[in-house]
Order: sequence, then C-alpha cells, then structure tokens
Amino acid sequence: MLSNTQSYADSPDGTGDRPVATPIVEMSGISISFPGVKALQNVAFRLFPGEVHSLMGENGAGKSTLIKALTGVYTIDSGSIRVAGNDVLFSGPGEAQNAGIATVYQEVNLVTNLTVAENIMLGREPRRFGMIDWRAMRKHSRKVLADLNLDIDPGSLLESHSIAVQQLVAIARAVDINAQVLVLDEPTSSLDAREVGELFTIIRKIRDSGVAILFVSHFLDQVYEISDRLTVLRNGELVSEHLVHDLPRIDLISKMIGKDLAALDELEEGTKREATERVSGGAFLHAEGVGKTGSIKPYDLEIHPGEVVGLAGLLGSGRTELARLLYGADKNDSGAITIKGEPVKLRSPRIALDNKIAFASEDRKAEGLIGDLTVRANIVLAMQSERGWLRQIPRKQQDELAEKYIKALDIRPTNPEALVRNLSGGNQQKVLLARWLITEPKLLILDEPTRGIDIGAKAQIQKLVASLSDEGMAVVYISAELEEVLRLSHRIGIMRDRVKIAEIVNQGVTVNDIMETIAAEAGQPA
Amino acid sequence: MKHVLSNRLIWPALVLVALLLANLAFNHSFFNIRLQNGNLFGPLVDILRNAAPVVLVALGMTLVIATRGIDLSVGAVAAISGSWASMHIISSGDPSSVRVVLTAVGVALLMALVAGAWNGFLVSVLGIQPIVATLVLMTAGRGLAQIITSEKILYPDNSPAYKLIGGGYLLAVPFSILLAGIIFGLTAILTRRTALGTLIEAVGVNPEASRLAGIRSRSIIWIVYLFAGLLAGLAGLMLTSNSTSADPNSIGLFIELDAILAVVIGGTSLAGGRFSLAGTLIGAFIIEAMNTFVIQAISARATDVFKACVVIAVMILQSPQARAMVTGAFRGRKRAVVVPAGSVVSPGSAAISAPAPATPDTADGHTAATSDSILTKSSGTTS
Ligand SMILES: Nc1ncnc2c1ncn2[C@@H]1O[C@H](COP(=O)(O)OP(=O)(O)OP(=O)(O)O)[C@@H](O)[C@H]1O
Ligand SMILES: [Mg+2]
Repeated sequence: MLSNTQSYADSPDGTGDRPVATPIVEMSGISISFPGVKALQNVAFRLFPGEVHSLMGENGAGKSTLIKALTGVYTIDSGSIRVAGNDVLFSGPGEAQNAGIATVYQEVNLVTNLTVAENIMLGREPRRFGMIDWRAMRKHSRKVLADLNLDIDPGSLLESHSIAVQQLVAIARAVDINAQVLVLDEPTSSLDAREVGELFTIIRKIRDSGVAILFVSHFLDQVYEISDRLTVLRNGELVSEHLVHDLPRIDLISKMIGKDLAALDELEEGTKREATERVSGGAFLHAEGVGKTGSIKPYDLEIHPGEVVGLAGLLGSGRTELARLLYGADKNDSGAITIKGEPVKLRSPRIALDNKIAFASEDRKAEGLIGDLTVRANIVLAMQSERGWLRQIPRKQQDELAEKYIKALDIRPTNPEALVRNLSGGNQQKVLLARWLITEPKLLILDEPTRGIDIGAKAQIQKLVASLSDEGMAVVYISAELEEVLRLSHRIGIMRDRVKIAEIVNQGVTVNDIMETIAAEAGQPA
Repeated sequence: MKHVLSNRLIWPALVLVALLLANLAFNHSFFNIRLQNGNLFGPLVDILRNAAPVVLVALGMTLVIATRGIDLSVGAVAAISGSWASMHIISSGDPSSVRVVLTAVGVALLMALVAGAWNGFLVSVLGIQPIVATLVLMTAGRGLAQIITSEKILYPDNSPAYKLIGGGYLLAVPFSILLAGIIFGLTAILTRRTALGTLIEAVGVNPEASRLAGIRSRSIIWIVYLFAGLLAGLAGLMLTSNSTSADPNSIGLFIELDAILAVVIGGTSLAGGRFSLAGTLIGAFIIEAMNTFVIQAISARATDVFKACVVIAVMILQSPQARAMVTGAFRGRKRAVVVPAGSVVSPGSAAISAPAPATPDTADGHTAATSDSILTKSSGTTS
C-alpha cells in the first residue's frame, strides 16, 4: 500500500521565474475502474499555466487514463475536475477541445486516408463563401509544419507516412489549435533527436506564452530537459508531485517502480556487450542489391546467426523500408536474397515466416496487434498461422505460452483473456514482442521494439535481445534511440535518404561518430 | 448481473423471449407441441422449421461478414441450386428414385460451391469490393437459374426423398430442423475447434496486421465465400423441397437480407471481426418469430414495417453511441448525488459508467472528434 500522504511540491509561486498563478487544471479524487482493473484510485493532479508538467509512471500506471479522464474520453467514477476555476465534466474530447484543451493521444488517431493538411485542419477548415477553402487550408498547414521545421507535403496522404511523421502531424495539429492546455501523451516515442529538439523548441515557446503543457514520456533525459514539475503515478495511485530540480533521477525511478534501483542496475549491466564480430560460419541471410523503386535503393546486407545488426539513421532514412524487404512485407524489385546459401524469393510475410524470419512492426496499432482479440490470441497468432488453420494450437498450450510470456515480459494486467486494445500502450508493445518470440525465429527483425516501453521493461527487453543473440538468434534492431542501437549491436548499418551509406563494426563507436557519418555523407553527393 | 448484462447475446435473447411471449398473448396454444402420427407439430416447431433455411444462409453470411465482407448472391445461389435440382428430378424418368435425388442434390451443391468459389475469386484474388463482387452473381444468378429451367415453373412434389429435405420428418422431428442443427454444430466445430474462427476474426479486425502475422488471408477469405455458397445451395434445396412450386424468380428471394439481418441482430458487426454463431441463430429465430407474430396479430402486409421496427430496436440496443447516451443519462444522475471521493462504486454502476469496452472507436480518443465522419472513416481503416 502506498502512504496516503500526497506530498505536494511548492506551487510555482516559489520557483521565481514562472508567472504566479492558480492552476488551470485541477483534478482531485479521480477514480476510474474497468472490469477487473482499478485504473485510477483517488488521484489528484494539478497543472499551472506556463509550466511543462510531466506525468511519470511505469507501463499501465494510469497516465493515459488520467489524460482521458481529463478530456472526457472516459467517464470518471468519482472525483472532480476543475478547468480555469470551473467544475467541468466533458462528455467527449470535442468538448474538451472547445474548452481549450488540445490533446495528442498516445495512439495517434488521425484519419489516415485524408491528406496531411486535412488532418491538421479537420473540424476547423477555413471557409470561403461557406465552402472549404482548400488553398487557404494547404497554405496554413504548410506554415504550421514549417513552424515545426518539418518538411512534409501537406497534400500527401497521411497513410503514406511513417508512424513518426503521423505523430508529428498530430502534434502540429494540437499546437495549431492555440489552446490554453496542451496535452502530449508520449509524443516523442518514435521521434529522432532532431525532431525532439524541434518539438522542445516549440514547447518552450508556447509555454513561455503561458500555455500549460502536460507531457508524458519514458525518456528520462527528455523529462529532465523539458519539464518544470512532475507527478508520479504507480499502479493507478498518486505517489507524489515534485519540482523537477528537487528530484534526482534515482529517486524518481524508485518512486516509479516502487523498489530501489539495484534491480534495474543489474539489468543494465547484463546488456553491456562485447562488440566482437560474429562472422564465423555462414551467414543466415544474405541480401545482395536488394531494393524497391521509390522506397529504398539497392543495398547489401549479411546477417550471421547470433549477430545483432543495428540500423541507424534519421527519420525517413529508410530503416523500416529496408527491414520490410527482408520480411517480404514489401516485395523487392531488384537484387536477390539467400537464406543459408539457398536463394529464396520473399514474396509474402508468410514465406518469410516459413523461413523462420519474424518482424515486429513499429506501428503496433495498424500493423501489429488485433485489438479486438485477447492477449492470448494475439500472442499465439503468428505461431498459429505458421501451423495453418486446421491444426489449432491446443488451448492448454496456448494458455501456457501466454502465461509464460505475460510473466517473462511482465505484461499487465496478467489476464490472458483481456482484450489487447484495453491494455496500456507499453503493455501492447510487449504483447507484440511476445508474438514473435514464441515463433522461435532464426532472424528477428525488431522495428522500434521499445517504443513506449518504460525504463525497467526497456532494460529487460534489451537484455532479452542480448541473450537471444547469445543463443544464436540473428537480430536486426532498429531504434530511433542511438544509445540503444549502440548498446546491443555487433554491427551497425547507417542509413540516409533511403540509401545504406555505411556499415561499421561496433567497436569504440559513439553516438557522435554515427551522427557525424550521417552528416558527413550528407555533405557529399551520394 | 454485471456479467449477464455485459454478455452480448443477452439483448437479442431478451428480444426473442419478448416476441415469443407476444405471440403467446395472441395465441394461447402457442407453446403447445403435440405428437401427431408420431411427429411433432405446433407453432414453435413451425417457427424452427421456417427458420431453417435462413439459419443456413445466415451461418455462411456470419463468416463472410466477420472478414469484413458481405455476400449478396446467396439468394440467387439458392435459386440456382434449388431450381436445378428440381429440374433434374422432374425431367428424370423416376422422381421417386433415391439415386436420382442424390445426384440432383450432389450436383446442385457442387454448383453452389462453384458460385462461392467465383465470389471468393473476385474478392480475394482480384480484390474487388465484396458488395460489388457478389452483386454480379446476385443479378446474373437468377438469370442463370431461369436459363437452367427454361423459365418453367417447376413442381418437384412427387419425390418423397427430395421432399424429406425441407418437408419431411426424421425421428419425430422435421428433417430441416435436424439438418440446420447439424450444420450449426459443424460450423461451430469448424470455426472453434480449428483456428479458422480466430483467423477469420483477425483478418476482419485488421487485415494488414494479419498479413504481417503470416496469415494467408486470401485463402481464409476464399474459404468463407465457398462455405457461404455451399450453405446457400443447401438452403435452396430445402426451400424448393418444401414448396409446391419452384419458380427460379422467387426461390430464396430476399433471403440475403434476412440473413444479414439475422447476423447483425445476433451481434456480429458489419465492420468485421468478432462473430457469434449463437447470436446468428437467435437472430434467425427472432426474424421467424416476428413474421409469425405479425401475420397473426396485425396482417401479413405489415410484416416488413414491423420487421424494420424490431431491427431498429435491436440496433439501438447494440449501438455504442446509444449506450453512451444511456451512460450519459446515468452520469447525469450520478453527478447530482454526491459521491464521496474514493468510495466504492457499486458493481452495477461501474459497468455502466465504463463505456470503453464496448466502444473501440470512441474509447481510443480522437484528436478532434468534431465530426461523425472521423468515426466512420477511421473505423474503416484502423480499427
Ligand atoms: N478501456 C479500458 N478497458 C480496460 N482496461 C483499461 C482500459 N484502458 C486502460 N485500462 C487499464 O488501465 C490501466 C492503466 O492504463 P494506462 O493506459 O492509463 O497506462 P499508462 O500509464 O498510460 O501506460 P503506458 O506507459 O504503457 O502507456 C492498465 O492496467 C490498462 O490495462
Ligand atoms: Mg499510456
């Protein structure tokens, strides 16, 4: 049990440089339960104008639920919400938006078959003589995107962009609403350092103009860089509220996980890798001149059993596109792939799966999970399709597998019959990983596997990948977080503008070296 | 209570019970079942028997709908198979011969399978929208049936073996009821004892994620259209065998609509995904019980209007928006009452105040949610 003393940090009056004010949002005694889950219990939260306030907690702690309680997506069972001094109870996100709360939800929910401009202006379309003024719309969208320093064509379809770009469009939309309160639920989970930098510049700008910003992220560096204050949740309960500069990281972590740091340190230790090149024996997969017009230039790649090949690059550099060709998710139109020396045509994911290749997509909602099915069904899905529909995995075995991985990856809630769409973002990500791990692949392709995963679980997953590779699994590892790629990989392929520009053995390589390689190559004509 | 109310079948089941009681109010012997010549008779038996062809078609339709598809051609397929079988039996020299009947049934079902394969080909291989793809056969099918029968009206009623399928008795029970029951059982085994059901649902919920999980969605989709065709063919045999005429223009006319209705009433969403065979069964019974009620209580002419009313009632009960409105009403009341912070809310009200489980789209929280079009469009692509 947590103690009932909900320690409040000093209100911003004491911080000096921030404007003195009363909270713009004040929530108290908030409780929400779902069948079988107490998502929030008696939680209090307050947000002041002109501050960036981080909501911290492990996966499933209740961060997104608190946000949805504020914006009226969920109905609260008890408690009260005050916005700008008035008691409110929004009946839906539209109402909250009208009341001045703009929100980017964790699972970006835009209309993928509309254009970027339409998404940015949806519901707020500029009109002329009662008709939508398309030119003004595109012009305004271009300006909004330019403010964020983004080079995205407003006329392009949203679905043609990666999840990271979609996330940026959602942010651009929210920023453009000019609300008093801006809520960002894990906005940076798939962004590179550069985009994070741009985002933070904007956040600081609007904060200084007096907007209150609620920020969620599992990246502690980002939290410490951007926020003024933070609130920690654990298991749906409020732990405490602090001014950021009063709370050392170590203390924050132990408040979040409810234990001290020893356990986490141990995990971190386990992932420190020796960067010996593992090229003994034949390659598991060899790609020569494999490419796809308009998607990625032909590249060569060799992956040996037991080897982790990291892919580093900026947003849109072609890492995902490269990986998709190795899994047959897209068909290559040049080059050839051999697996253990045998030529194979990876015409479909199914063929890749039969060749013991697995691919966990970065976009768990659109390309990963089956939201309406249970955790168990999602976990066994790839294994089941490998066996064919006639040979159903016996229910007992399904239960055992589900239980094993729920435990191994610490998926919460632990109920295998929960619907996946009701899980928190990080826990959904773990379900997706579990699905591929149980197929016992020879080559595991992980595209942003730790997206939205909390620090404890991240270390755990990194350790898992390291131990799988030690046991002989070949891994392709993609992450926007270069430190992660460096920590795990034996070799690193560097990508820029949809070309693989270099491949380095990970020995004494630093993040800077990689950034420099990308920048240096950018200077020369490729 | 909470558990019962959260069961999706509860509402259709309640509607069915209400309809049966309404029937009883008009006909006090409605629940009577009597044994006559060793066979069961009674209004309830009639309802079951009349529902049998719809049950068959609706079972196939359930699986098709679960994959996000729809099969409009089932009525036409029933007409092809029914009229061809009748035709074959009549034009053979010996309508009472069991062998002739077996051949007729076998060939007719084969034709239905071919029709299903055609639909499946259009949808899964050519990627044509199901509603358009099956519209082809829906219109062409009846024409085909007329060509087969040279536009003659057929009377296959001097063939006891054929008569058995739709009008006969076995072990005191109408054979069509037994047949529909067996098919129901087989469908349940086919979908739940194998992984077919889960894979169908996966393809229906998220086709792209299913493809990336290695599911051969093309063959799954093909299988469901084949299955729907086969069952439509069987329904066609049942319909022609039970009637005194087999006019290819009227065999199974509008049965696709009844089937779709049964599926939707039973709680399977037209957007694809999770399906309920038991729900479909209840749905088919509701449609029959309703027909019986309207005919005796109002007039046969009012059937369609009444049907529309019941459909609307069931839809409203199942619609997330309507539920949210009910929830909103409850919340309004709850706000008036002072709920002490942290107090335990009774399980009943907790179930009502948590709309999330039933509403995937609204629960995800839209950035804008300013217009309905967001809901409908995004549910088409991302749910
Ligand atoms: N609609 C729902 N139905 C049932 N349970 C839910 C629902 N939404 C959330 N939950 C549960 O509430 C708890 C809190 O979830 P929430 O999404 O708020 O976590 P979170 O702190 O945002 O985690 P993450 O860091 O993984 O995003 C989880 O146990 C989750 O399973
Ligand atoms: Mg969350």
